[in-house]
Amino acid sequence: MTATAKMDKPSVSVRGLAQSYGALQVLKALDLDIADGEFIVLLGPSGCGKSTLLNCIAGLLEPTEGQVFIRGKNVTWEEPKDRGIGMVFQSYALYPQMTVERNLSFGLRVSGMPKEEIAKRVKRASEILQIEPLLARKPSQLSGGQRQRVAIGRALVRDVDVFLFDEPLSNLDAKLRAELRVEIKRLHQRLGNTMIYVTHDQIEALTLADRIAVMKGGTIQQLDDPLTIYNKPKNLYVAGFIGSPSMNFLKGKIEGSGKTATFKLGSGKVALKDYEAAVPLKPAASVLGVRPEHIRVNTEKEDGASEAFKAIVDIVEPMGSDSLVWLKVEGQQLSARVESNQHFDPGQKVDVRFRINLASVFDEASGDRL
Amino acid sequence: MSDISIMEPSGPKPKLWLEPSRIGVYAFLVITALYFLFPLYIVIITSFKDLAAIRDGNIFWPQLVYPEGTHWYDPWYRAWFEVCTGLECKGISPNFWNSVIITVPSVIVSIAVAITTGYALSNWPFKFSEGFFTILIVGSFVPYQVMLYPMVLLTKNMGIYSTLSAVVFVHTVFGLPILTLLFRNYFASLPVELFKAARVDGAGFWRILLQVFLPMSLPILTVAVILQVTGIWNDFLFGVVFAGLPNYPMTVKLNNIFTSTFGVKEYNVEMAATILTGAVPLAIYFLSGKYFVRGIAAGAVKG
Repeated sequence: MTATAKMDKPSVSVRGLAQSYGALQVLKALDLDIADGEFIVLLGPSGCGKSTLLNCIAGLLEPTEGQVFIRGKNVTWEEPKDRGIGMVFQSYALYPQMTVERNLSFGLRVSGMPKEEIAKRVKRASEILQIEPLLARKPSQLSGGQRQRVAIGRALVRDVDVFLFDEPLSNLDAKLRAELRVEIKRLHQRLGNTMIYVTHDQIEALTLADRIAVMKGGTIQQLDDPLTIYNKPKNLYVAGFIGSPSMNFLKGKIEGSGKTATFKLGSGKVALKDYEAAVPLKPAASVLGVRPEHIRVNTEKEDGASEAFKAIVDIVEPMGSDSLVWLKVEGQQLSARVESNQHFDPGQKVDVRFRINLASVFDEASGDRL
Repeated sequence: MSDISIMEPSGPKPKLWLEPSRIGVYAFLVITALYFLFPLYIVIITSFKDLAAIRDGNIFWPQLVYPEGTHWYDPWYRAWFEVCTGLECKGISPNFWNSVIITVPSVIVSIAVAITTGYALSNWPFKFSEGFFTILIVGSFVPYQVMLYPMVLLTKNMGIYSTLSAVVFVHTVFGLPILTLLFRNYFASLPVELFKAARVDGAGFWRILLQVFLPMSLPILTVAVILQVTGIWNDFLFGVVFAGLPNYPMTVKLNNIFTSTFGVKEYNVEMAATILTGAVPLAIYFLSGKYFVRGIAAGAVKG
């Protein structure tokens, strides 16, 4: 069941959404369709408008312009409670004076649901999240991970269509973050709800998302599944934001055109016949983007790889499973990921090849992928 | 591996508290405490003396023996039930009740209104809320004297001038700017996500205030109650201007007792009346001092 197959009936749609505070434009005429049951991650640095977008969908912010639809219904002017959404916040936002049980049931009590039904739902949610032993405690008596479970439970009991997560794991330490990440993914597989998840952590985005929306300056730069985002970034910004260590950018220019085009790097040339260009190539100043794992050091020629360039080893960073080697090629610095059994010394002269079939070429002026 | 040796604690034991710097600190504290406690001591022992002992005795020494038929509490009894101002000799007790009748509703109403206004200003911004808030801040710096005459006219036109209601009204109005500021800043210091979570849960304006924010507001409520109770109880100006003769609060009555030139000057009764008047704020401070400090730290000073 792919996202596009169900897109004829989107779960959440955003049309021409704009948000501005005076002269400051936080969101710029944004369109977004999210399929039913899809896990979508809004990824970007702070200030890119991702939280603003989420708050607009939740109904906590009234957009300056544009409209929001949930399950085909225009909810732009609806109260948050009438939108069929549940929200989980970074700071957990549990009511400190209420027990876990009261925290979970608060929304249900507000809506005037019968007591037995409330008890049933609280029981079910606390079973799913394994917080049954904590029901009588106050939030101050819980650990960070437990608090966030309760916060998720608060959305769970309300039986909502759409879950909204606003950086839910950012306040947790690394180990707990990895654990809860898996739990959120499991929860999504079990419930099948639509989930919209805001984060600045690319690992969370890549591991959780069906599709990632990479945002910058109030616009969506690229909206694709994680592998496409990783392998075929639409522009220099997305390419540089995703991946750690980040993609190498080599400045040069394209000579020739079409299948016979070459990328001129310093005194050498890289044939682009193996590169799947999105647009016909033509001579222009451009940037070759190669991920560290797509650079071969001191190896034989293989399919899709370029001719060898002379390089000098600068620094070697062993990372356990593999090593990161910093090199100087044609006056430009780049990093290559090599197997840890390959040994290099600083100052050593080596040959490097770029796997052009996996690389990206960008127009230098516009930054767009070619 | 040869030359290292673990160093044990050596030298003389550190002195516990009688170091010169400590002596200086304690001396300062003792002197300061005495400076404030000594007058209080004089007031208290004088209030238990009879007039003969005040005239003849040492001002620093309490009276230990009372003549036949008199008691140590006689000046206090006189202050509460009998002391005269002008032709009226009912003591200070009716004015105590006036002060209670003024203080209780003023405190409740001003805090109830301010907590709602502060909450609205902090969490439900409306078109001119920032401007409104600025006016409020400016308002809290306007000296009361400037507003005195307009308020007299206002209460006269409302038909409540010279009644206890007028005093309650004036105290409520003048308490609002500073209290609203206090509550707005406190609510602004609470995590905004809490408010958002409550809205997603479907709670409205009043439910969020009463069920989510109010239970978290104990520290700031304590501050507000202390500020208002002591401020209103100690007030002299509004009492003397707005209450009218039979409705004077305790402070005004106390002043009238002092300035009354009728007959003998009864220092002991005056001292007793003074302590009775000051007892309420004093008790409030003693009972809630800890919470007061906590509340101040909890957000009263945050912008």
